[in-house]
Amino acid sequence: MKKIYTRPASLKEAHFHYCPGCGHGIINRLIAEVIDEMGLRGKAICVAPAGCGMLVYNYFDIDTLESAHGRGAAVATGIKRVRPDNLVFSYQGDGDLAAIGTAEGFHAANRGELITVIFVNNGVYGMTGGQMAPTTLKEQITTTTPSGRNPVSAGHPVRVCEVFSVLDGTSYLERVAVNSPSGIKKTKKAIAKAFQHQINRTGFSLVEILSPCPTNWKMSPIESFRWIDEVMTKQFPLGVIKEVKC
Amino acid sequence: MITVKIDDERCKGCSLCVEFCPKGALSISDRLNMKGYFVVSFADEKECTGCATCALICPDVAIEVFKN
Repeated sequence: MKKIYTRPASLKEAHFHYCPGCGHGIINRLIAEVIDEMGLRGKAICVAPAGCGMLVYNYFDIDTLESAHGRGAAVATGIKRVRPDNLVFSYQGDGDLAAIGTAEGFHAANRGELITVIFVNNGVYGMTGGQMAPTTLKEQITTTTPSGRNPVSAGHPVRVCEVFSVLDGTSYLERVAVNSPSGIKKTKKAIAKAFQHQINRTGFSLVEILSPCPTNWKMSPIESFRWIDEVMTKQFPLGVIKEVKC
Repeated sequence: MITVKIDDERCKGCSLCVEFCPKGALSISDRLNMKGYFVVSFADEKECTGCATCALICPDVAIEVFKN
């Protein structure tokens, strides 16, 4: 039988713990596919976050280190500096990168560390029960903003790619979404391109992925996919935010 | 002849594959898996063109597609 689509070799046999319809599973698979296709299985090192994605070491069949909450970029910096020939990427959520890990992510980007950050943006703190994150949209209802996020008291949604784009150390920043077959294909290309920037040593690369969280958005999986298109992309426009010639 | 292999124990019944299949060849069955989800079944084999959109969209890597 000819294979049309099979499980990537860099993904272990373990079952995902994610909720039904969660975007993390798609993103984990895409990263494993890119690692397989670029022949990086023996060279890639992942830094796992705190949050829903923290168990990625159970899924990726590559070396993975767990970092303290938000310190993914700092840990990845250390690994990359002592092992410059390895491909080092951190897998971080919005609570991890844009809240508690702002300083580490921002300054790693500013120093132009040769690492890649896979930034999963679902607009809430997923693992702890759907509290407001820095990326929560205006008027969005969460457990800590029961009447909707009010920018006067709770601030505005943070656009991480745009913030990082003004830093000279960054070389590739793209925002994609995994809410459609075409979006998933674009996400895979973006991850491959970010890894290529690291391999070519052009600078810090980050792929921001808008990812559905049906459980905490209180929606069905298909409603959450549509909500990304209809609402989330208005605040977080998709596309390449910055690309330095690779 | 296309074979869509669905791993019942990985499936969480999110029905994204059912929604995105351009030919409507998949449907949610009345079969429960060990996790307690109603799993997807490959119902209409004749309609399937092997585009693998179901495998692409599946968040749990429960679907594999083969061509005989």
